[in-house]
Amino acid sequence: MFQVRIHGRGGQGVVSAAEMLSVAAFEEGKHSQAVPSFGSERMGAPVVAYVRIDNKEIELREPVLEPDLLIVQDPTLFSAIDVFAGLREDGYLLVNTSKSMEDLGIAETADKLPAGHVAAISATELAIRHLRRPTPNTVLLGAFTAMSDIVKIESLFKAIERKFPGKVGELNIAAAQAAYSAAKSG
Amino acid sequence: MLEQIEGSHAVAKAIALSRPEVISAYPITPQTHIVEDLGTMVKAGEIENCQFMLVESEFGALSACIGSSAAGARSYTATSSQGMLFMMEAVYNASGMGLPIVMTVGNRAIGAPINIWNDWSDSMSARDSGWLQLFAENNQESVDVHIQAFRLAEELSMPVMVCMDGFILTHAYAQVDIPDQAQVDEFLPPFQPRQVLDPAAPLSMGAMVGPEAFTEVRYLAHHKQVEALEIIPKQATEFEAIFGRDSGGLIKSFEADGAETVVVTMGSVIGTMKEVLAGMREDGISIGALTIRSFRPFPREALREALKDAKRVIVFEKSVAVGMGGIVAMNLRTALQDFPILVHSVIGGLGGRPITRDNLRRMFEKGIRDQLDEPHFHDIHMDVVNREIEREKAECRSGAVAENILNDVGVVAAAKAI
Repeated sequence: MFQVRIHGRGGQGVVSAAEMLSVAAFEEGKHSQAVPSFGSERMGAPVVAYVRIDNKEIELREPVLEPDLLIVQDPTLFSAIDVFAGLREDGYLLVNTSKSMEDLGIAETADKLPAGHVAAISATELAIRHLRRPTPNTVLLGAFTAMSDIVKIESLFKAIERKFPGKVGELNIAAAQAAYSAAKSG
Repeated sequence: MLEQIEGSHAVAKAIALSRPEVISAYPITPQTHIVEDLGTMVKAGEIENCQFMLVESEFGALSACIGSSAAGARSYTATSSQGMLFMMEAVYNASGMGLPIVMTVGNRAIGAPINIWNDWSDSMSARDSGWLQLFAENNQESVDVHIQAFRLAEELSMPVMVCMDGFILTHAYAQVDIPDQAQVDEFLPPFQPRQVLDPAAPLSMGAMVGPEAFTEVRYLAHHKQVEALEIIPKQATEFEAIFGRDSGGLIKSFEADGAETVVVTMGSVIGTMKEVLAGMREDGISIGALTIRSFRPFPREALREALKDAKRVIVFEKSVAVGMGGIVAMNLRTALQDFPILVHSVIGGLGGRPITRDNLRRMFEKGIRDQLDEPHFHDIHMDVVNREIEREKAECRSGAVAENILNDVGVVAAAKAI
């Protein structure tokens, strides 16, 4: 079972990210579960979402305590919450930031992870460029599909299309593709 | 057809397939997506012959359904938590009148303290009302049980609530097989009301009944629930024949047969428990589980039959009768009172407290050694509790309990930091 925990704030598309990742896994014939964990339901409040991917039915209902993949859509959360709790030592870490891990004060955690498992991505900037909205979720998911083969980028595109039909979907796919290409080359 | 879909959306599809004629519902977390979806579907003309009645409250919603059901229309609503309380007069009216309304309850804690997360207090508040109460284990079962609920309600002419754990099921994306219309039509015939407002054949519905007849009317409601104990398993069998799935029924066993210890619970928590119990069996412990699918009617005989050889039962429930103890536990103890069997009462998951494999295992280990207190509050932080008790002993103006505890556990400080 592959477990994902996505951290962000209300309005950043954390829950949609989890949904799209689970749909992408489903498109590949896998079982997947995505569940949000809300605090107060308002913009700006911390939000966590969990995703589980497996080859058999997933019946576990506990929070993801030991993520294989940690996506942090908002780095201001580092000071407020223990975002890294339980991150597996062979896990993946994606942070939405234009700063370096050192500048964020998390280099020590990032350095413990295997090579190729860590990425700092200016997802908000890339999102604004493609979507004209600061929603970093599809960018971060696109980058992740370049780092691992848990889910293919083509499956992610299908999930995005399903969630956002029409123009919005096309723009999100473009943003995810851009992130994928950048991650593959960088 | 298999879909990766949010629980609420799947339920909305199940309701749409059940050919409702009137939907009247008021949104409340965590049921909102169900009623929003149904509203959208009705507006888009996707549900044939269906009207969505906008109302000002849950009381309005269920009252509207009482009216439409009385007029012979298949009627549906949904609520959670405070919404259940707001409609409570109508809840008792619907069952008292014997109207086959189906209602989804997205199980959520009742405040105070205000809490949007999952527990069973809302359903439990209506457990004596005469409504049938069916609990779904996962999103597939949520879909399947709603379809069965309409047929059950109409066969008995009694309302049915389908309970699904809020957020855990309502907001979870999972793979669900959405039935097709032909299958549902084969299982669920058109509504044939037992009583209907018709100017051509006038009758009184909801008549005032004095001491001379009240007992008999109330007895008949109880009698119908007893009848349901036969009907529910029969319908589950017919459902399986058409849809190919074992969904619904009175209870379900998870290696409970022959187990020395049987854990009894309801709803979604069994999903997390399964792995823990399998691990314990691998370690040589004789333990299994049972879920109660139908809480009302309470499946007394089915439980007695399933538990007759067990040495002990650990009831795990997300509900508590304040001042008394576990509600499911009390019901089960009554059913098993002549058995030489120890029934432990564990109350957990209140207000959405996470239930983990770890904390379950630790609690089960105590349970099999009969070391649980009575009742046992799962994962409780007694240091926090004791500090509040000390505060109250130390001064009269000790403050609001909820705020004191939030300050103590650092929630207020954390919120300020954010």
